[in-house]
Amino acid sequence: MSKSRPAASAGAASNSNNPLTILSALPARYLQTTPSRTKLIDAFLLFLIFTGAIQFLYCVLAGNYPFNAFLAGFTATVGQFVLTVSLRIQSNPENKSEFKAVSPERAFADYVFGSVLLHFFCINFIN
Amino acid sequence: MSLDAFLKDESTRNLRSLLKAVILITIAGAAVSSRLFSVIRFESIIHEFDPWFNFRASKYLVQNDFYSFWDWFDDRTWYPLGRVTGGTLYPGLMVTSGIIYHILRFLTFPVDIRNICVMLAPAFSGLTALATYLFTKEMKDDAAGLLAAAFIGIAPGYISRSVAGSYDNEAIAIFLLMFTFYLWIKALKLGSAFWGALCALFYFYMVAAWGGYVFITNMIPLHAFVLVLMGRFSARLYVAYCSWYALGTLASMQIPFVGFLPIRSSEHMAALGVFGLLQIVAFVDYVRSQVPSKQFQSLLRSFIVVAFILSSAALVLLTVSGTIAPWSGRFYSLWDTGYAKIHIPIIASVSEHQPTAWPAFFFDLEMLIWLFPAGVYMCFRTLADEHVFVIIYGIMASYFAGVMVRLMLTLTPVVCVAAAIALSNILDVYTNLEKPDPAVVAAAKAAEEKEEKKSGLLNAARGTVVGIYATGSKLTVVGAFTFYLFLFVLHCTWVTSNAYSSPSVVLASRLPDGSQHIIDDYREAYYWLRKNTPYDAKIMSWWDYGYQIGGMADRTTLVDNNTWNNTHIATVGKAMASREEVSYPILRKHDVDYVLVIFGGLLGYSGDDINKFLWMIRIAEGVWPDEVKEREFFTSRGEYRVDDGATETMKNSLMYKMSYYNYNTLFPAGQAQDRVRGVKLPAVGPTLNTLEEAFTSENWIVRIYKVKDLDNLGRDHASAAAFESGKKKRKSKAGKAKGARKLRIV
Repeated sequence: MSKSRPAASAGAASNSNNPLTILSALPARYLQTTPSRTKLIDAFLLFLIFTGAIQFLYCVLAGNYPFNAFLAGFTATVGQFVLTVSLRIQSNPENKSEFKAVSPERAFADYVFGSVLLHFFCINFIN
Repeated sequence: MSLDAFLKDESTRNLRSLLKAVILITIAGAAVSSRLFSVIRFESIIHEFDPWFNFRASKYLVQNDFYSFWDWFDDRTWYPLGRVTGGTLYPGLMVTSGIIYHILRFLTFPVDIRNICVMLAPAFSGLTALATYLFTKEMKDDAAGLLAAAFIGIAPGYISRSVAGSYDNEAIAIFLLMFTFYLWIKALKLGSAFWGALCALFYFYMVAAWGGYVFITNMIPLHAFVLVLMGRFSARLYVAYCSWYALGTLASMQIPFVGFLPIRSSEHMAALGVFGLLQIVAFVDYVRSQVPSKQFQSLLRSFIVVAFILSSAALVLLTVSGTIAPWSGRFYSLWDTGYAKIHIPIIASVSEHQPTAWPAFFFDLEMLIWLFPAGVYMCFRTLADEHVFVIIYGIMASYFAGVMVRLMLTLTPVVCVAAAIALSNILDVYTNLEKPDPAVVAAAKAAEEKEEKKSGLLNAARGTVVGIYATGSKLTVVGAFTFYLFLFVLHCTWVTSNAYSSPSVVLASRLPDGSQHIIDDYREAYYWLRKNTPYDAKIMSWWDYGYQIGGMADRTTLVDNNTWNNTHIATVGKAMASREEVSYPILRKHDVDYVLVIFGGLLGYSGDDINKFLWMIRIAEGVWPDEVKEREFFTSRGEYRVDDGATETMKNSLMYKMSYYNYNTLFPAGQAQDRVRGVKLPAVGPTLNTLEEAFTSENWIVRIYKVKDLDNLGRDHASAAAFESGKKKRKSKAGKAKGARKLRIV
C-alpha cells in the first residue's frame, strides 16, 4: 500500500509537519481520490461501526443478560466489518500486486461465502 | 540430463501426478496397516480408559438421535450428581463416527459401531498423511511433501495415540490440526478470504473434536504477531487472519463445552489481542499510504506502541479484576512446571503429565529428531512468511513436548515436516544429475592454472564451477540416506509392534515355551458385575476405572476419568484411605453397593491400587487435611511399606484391607508374598467387618467387595462380627449374608 504514494500531496505536506494540519487535509483528499464504489463500501463500514457502537452502548447501559444474544449481534457487526474491509482491500486496484490469485470478482464471491457463514453462525448462536 | 528433463518436463505431468497418487495411496496403506498389530494379535476392542467413554457416547449417539445426544444427561456416572454429558464433552469424535456409521448403513454396509470406533484412528491417520503432504508442499515442493507424508504415516510418536482401538480425541485431532494449519498457510499466501473461511470451518471442527484446539488459537496469532514484528505486515495477512478469527471464534462458541470461553479466558486472549492489533496496524498502514511525512510516520509508529501497551494493560487489568478468567490449572502447569504437583495433585497424578526423558524423543522419532533442527535451519535460510510458521511451531511444540510426555503428539507433525524439508534439500543436491558444460569446465580449469602460477595457495576455494558432480560422492550420500530411511522404517515398525500395540484391557504374557498367555481379569470381573449385580448397583472404585466400568460392566460409578469434581474424587480417596468405621458411613451415604479394587500382588502387575494409593491419600488430604494425613502412611523412617513394618494407619485403611483380604490363604502359613512390592506379608491377614468379598478374578487382579447392610440388631459391624465369630457358627453367617442380599434386591 505504501508504495503508491501520490506525488501531488508530497509538496503540500512537506510545508508543515504539524499532525493536525495533515489530518485536516485527509478528508478532502479522500473525497477526491477514492473511487465511488469504494466510497459505497466505506459508507457500509461506517454504518456497521455505528450499529456496533449502539449495541455496545445498549449493553453497557442495560446490562448483558442474554449474553449470547449480545455476542451474536456484536460479532455479526464486527465480523461483517472485517469481511467488508477485506473486500475493500482485495478489490482495491492499488493492491493488485499483493493479490495475484484474487480477482475483484473472486474477492466478491469470497465475501459472499464468508458472510453467509457468518450469518449462519450468528443466527445459530442467538438462539 | 535427460532424466532430469523427463522428470520436470510439462509432457510428463500426468505421469508424475499418477506417481504421486500411487505414492500417497501406498503411504496411506502403510499408515493404516502399521496400526493394526493389536487388532490382529488380540481382537478388535477399545483400549485404554478414555476411549471407553467415547465409545459409550458413540453408542448412545447411534442408538438415539443427534438431539438427544446433544441434551444427554448421564445419570450413570458421578452417582449422586450425574453428568451433563452434552455440555461437557467435545462431540466431534462421536459425531464423526456416527456419520460414518450412517453413511455405511446407507450404502448397505451394516458395520457395527464398535468396529467403526476401533478403525477410526487408522483411517484418519491416512488423512493425516495427506494433510501433511499438502502442508509441506506449501513449504517447499511436492518431493518434500511426499517425504513428510511418509514420515508422519509411520512415525511412532503419532502411532502411539492412534493405533486401532485407540478411540480417543487425538485420533482425528492431528488430522484436523494439520489441515487447519495447511488452510491457514494457504489463506496467508493467497490473501484469500475464502481460504480463511475454510480455515475457520476446520478450526471449528477441531474445536468440536479436541481440547488441544487452544494450541491452534495461540499458534496462528503468534505467527501473525511475529510477522508484524518482522515488518512483514501485508494486506494478505490482514485478510487471512481477520476472516479466520471473526468466523472461527464465533464458530468455536457454538460448542457448548467451549461456550463463552473464547472471550472470557486468558488462553484465548492472544488471538483477540492480535485481532485488535491488526486492525490498528492496517488502519495506520492505510493512513500512511495517504500521507507522506517521515515525522508523521514515526508519530504513527509510536501510536502503535502506545496502543499495544494500552491494550495489554487493559488485558492485565481485566484479568486481575476477574472479568477474564485466568489460565486454567492444566494450561498453567505448562509454564510453571512445579505448580501442579503442589496445588493440584490430580493433574500431577496422571502419568502422561510428566516431563519427557531424552530417550523418548529418539524412541518416538528416530532419525527425524536429528533432521529436525536442520530442517528448521533450512526454513531460516529461505525465510518466507510460511517458514516463520514452521519455525515458531517447531520451537513452541519442542518446549511443550519437553514439559509433558503427552504433548509429544503435537511435536511429531512439525518434526516430520522439518525433517522432510531438510532431507529433500539434501536429496535435491545429491540426486541432481546435471553435469556442468564441458567447455565451461575447461575454461575454468585454464583460468585456474593461470592463477596457480601467480600464487599456489588455496586451490580448492578458487574453482569457478561450484557443485557436486562426482558420481561417487553422490552415490555415497544418497546411499547413506537411503540406508537411514530403511532403518527408519524398521525402527518404526519395531516400536509400533513392541511398545504401542498392547491393549491395556487384556494383559499378555509369554510362557516359557514362547506361546502367548492372555490375562483377562478385567473383563472377567466387569462381566461378573454386568451379569450378577442389579442394573442400578453403584460401584465405587478409583477414578481410573470409572470409564471402563461404565463401558464394560454397564453399572453406575461414583467417579470416573473425567475429573471435573475434585471433591467427589477426594471423597472416594478418603473412603479408601480411612478406617472402616469412617469409610462405612461414607459408603452408606453415597449408596455404594460394591467396591472394586485392582490388586497386582499375585501377578506382579505394578499398576495396581496400592501403588496408586499415595495419590488417593494426597488428593483426599487436599480436601480434608485434618482427617487424612499422608505422613501417617509412612513409617518413622519415611518408608512406604505394606509388610510387618507398615504403620497402623496403613494396615487399618480400607484399601489395604481390601487388597490383602484373604490373600494369605493362598500361601502356606506365613509365606504370603507380594510380588509387586517384593515383600513378605504379615502372617495374619486383615479382617473386614463392613464389607464382604463378592468376587475375585482368576489372577486376583480385580477384587470386588459388597457393602454390608446395617446390622439387623442395630449393633455396629465390628461387634457383630466379633459376636458371630465367638459363636463360631458358619451357618448363621451364611444366613445373615443371604438376608442382607435379599434386603438389597427388594
